[in-house]
Amino acid sequence: MSGELERFRQETRDWLEENCPASMRTPMPPEEVVWGGRNAEYANPDSKLWLERMAAKGWTCPQWPAEYGGGGLSSAQAEILAEELSRIHARPALTSFGISMLGPVLLEFGTHEQRLEHLPKIVRGEIRWCQGYSEPGSGSDLASLNTRADLHGDHYIISGSKIWTSYADKADWIFCLVRTDFEAPKYQGISFILFDMDSEGVSTRPIQLISGSSPFCETFFDDVKAPAGNIVGRLNDGWTIAKRLLQHERTMISGFGLAGGQAEGGGASEGTVESIAMRYRGDAEKLSDPVLRDRIAQFKIDSEAFALTSRRSAEESEGGGPNHISSMLKYYGCELNKRRCELLLDAAGNRALGWEGEGFDEDELSLAREWLRSKANSIEGGTAEIQLNVIARRVLDLPDLTGILRGKR
Amino acid sequence: MADSLLLNEEQQLLRESARGFCREQAPLSLHRKLRDSRDADGFDRDLWRRMVELGWTGMAIPEAYDGYGFGHTGLGLMLEETGRTLVDSPLIATVLLGANAILETGSEAQKAELLPRIVAGELLLAFALDERFAHDPGRIETAAVPRNGGFALNGGKTFVLDGHVADRIVVVARIDDGTESPANIGLFLVDATAPGLEVTRTIMVDGRNCANIALNDVAVKVDDLLGGTAVARETLDRVLDIARIGLAAEMLGSIEEVFERTLDFLRQREQFGVPIGAFQALQHRAAEMYNEIELGRSLVRAALAALDDPASDKDRIARLASAAKAKLSEVFFLVSNEGIQMHGGIGMTDEFDIGFFLKRARVAQQFLGDAGFHRDRYAALHSF
Repeated sequence: MSGELERFRQETRDWLEENCPASMRTPMPPEEVVWGGRNAEYANPDSKLWLERMAAKGWTCPQWPAEYGGGGLSSAQAEILAEELSRIHARPALTSFGISMLGPVLLEFGTHEQRLEHLPKIVRGEIRWCQGYSEPGSGSDLASLNTRADLHGDHYIISGSKIWTSYADKADWIFCLVRTDFEAPKYQGISFILFDMDSEGVSTRPIQLISGSSPFCETFFDDVKAPAGNIVGRLNDGWTIAKRLLQHERTMISGFGLAGGQAEGGGASEGTVESIAMRYRGDAEKLSDPVLRDRIAQFKIDSEAFALTSRRSAEESEGGGPNHISSMLKYYGCELNKRRCELLLDAAGNRALGWEGEGFDEDELSLAREWLRSKANSIEGGTAEIQLNVIARRVLDLPDLTGILRGKR
Repeated sequence: MADSLLLNEEQQLLRESARGFCREQAPLSLHRKLRDSRDADGFDRDLWRRMVELGWTGMAIPEAYDGYGFGHTGLGLMLEETGRTLVDSPLIATVLLGANAILETGSEAQKAELLPRIVAGELLLAFALDERFAHDPGRIETAAVPRNGGFALNGGKTFVLDGHVADRIVVVARIDDGTESPANIGLFLVDATAPGLEVTRTIMVDGRNCANIALNDVAVKVDDLLGGTAVARETLDRVLDIARIGLAAEMLGSIEEVFERTLDFLRQREQFGVPIGAFQALQHRAAEMYNEIELGRSLVRAALAALDDPASDKDRIARLASAAKAKLSEVFFLVSNEGIQMHGGIGMTDEFDIGFFLKRARVAQQFLGDAGFHRDRYAALHSF
């Protein structure tokens, strides 16, 4: 390794030693995840300090250009930073859809002005973004969306509704797919627009899930005004950006599967599946249930193979951003996370079946809820079936039936 | 970076030339010809000579013993390509198992004498381990009793790859020195012509060479005990792990080939007026196979890279070897079965090649431990 990178590693290590608060080096309970935003809440005051320090270096977005507030690091430096953060078990300073989804497409498709306006605020966690994609009538067939944006002078008037908008009730701004041409074929009349959730006419309603939590909302737009300059990319070419952003989203979601393969999961699943199974059964050296033991071994092998595949895919696409393999990673990562949740329930038996109240500890109570929540993994961000379609068509080059039938009509 | 999962330029060139060689000089039709003619050797000696000339025998052997030092990844790439056309050759028995047994357990004199002869293609080996219906290296009953300053070997071996063509057979036996120590496993080099050695060729479903071996008071000299002493269980495991990883690489190549042939068929075969690959029921199954293959490929690459990384400890290699063998066994099963099903009736005909992969899959699954064996071992290595 070059001397320059070695020096960077040493400086990074020293800086982290000095600046990462001790409590930020402990496992993160879900309620302490930092999402930022105008109304950010910090359950732990150290979280705020940690975010401010990391944001000042641009290290919440290590590889974004420094002129937009990012860290301006090369991929080799970013890898070192990630290694050093993981070495001290540092928590992520900031989690946001701005970082994982919007930022990358603004860097690719946004104007210089749009980047200057939005990226620094994402880096510093000042603005929390949400994603206006799905609609009540447009799930897997996302491009059939009907939320309309009509040009009136120098602004658009937006009306319609979105659904499954993650944390819309807590977000400051939205990146939103709208129809700007109702005459064009469905893929060609869509635009990608940004606007403030405080605008007049925006309202949200949380949706309670089978797990009891409400991470998603219904979002309504009643003649909302947005400046015409807030369209990203070309007018009516929003589908290109929409698909690109989905690749970033899939890469992010596939991370759920990665987490499950590591030695420790967060929250409820503290410890490995096998250690939990052995604890409940009172086994010391070998898991006494041979069927469960075999299934856990199979799961762990798949998890290890999946982690290696994620790494190989990152090495292969070095600099090129995500590609169609993101569909494979999204699909498999979600399936792995669902398998992990099922195995945890098998491991803990009836101790994992409590809903609330007395008789169960906190970890046990969260097992069932996490299991229920995991069922959405293979629905959100494009269903499992949509990912398999993408792999079949784009990676394996298998023929498109709807295209063939259309040609025959 | 030492543990990169990508191939470097040299490795890519190596693979391309191996692929070209197998396509042109060792196509699947050669495998069919050997089977149909009930070839006495079970492999093409002329082809083997050309493989030797290309340096495949010395790929993973250090330069000190006339090898070329391309490492295990280099040999793995050759195996991946021979897997594509189901090449019958001494590569697995002689180079993967035999040479590595000598390299890992032999004395300096044994290595200096034998390895250059393997590189030169002058010596064919077999590795005789299994004794029962399934792989179980922890339960060896073939016994080596000290006699006349050497040993007398007694027992029976089965599923011995290349047993009937090998010049010398590495026999894994328990050294019976009167103690009950279970660790006393020795690797004995037995000459194919040794009195008391009875080799019976067995015709296997995949057409590969195999044999049963009976040892009746076979006399061997002390010099024929590899390393001159018993080997630790973990040393035997290391030899087996190297071979399991190499076998997984060969399986990966076969899997890629059967998958690509199936995809081609899905694109071409028309029913109801459209290519059957346009049907979502088949597309999703194809996509799932693709996912599984990519996972398998990552394990093979990582396991080969770990063998070539001097910093890898034995546990890491053991875990990756078992993960790779377990996973590749499952994936080969899946893809070869789907290959038949998706080809429909024509896939069931002997005239069509796809069935060869199903047959090979079953034997490769079983060889050196099946998926169940390796998941059990993987769990034990992870202390559960």
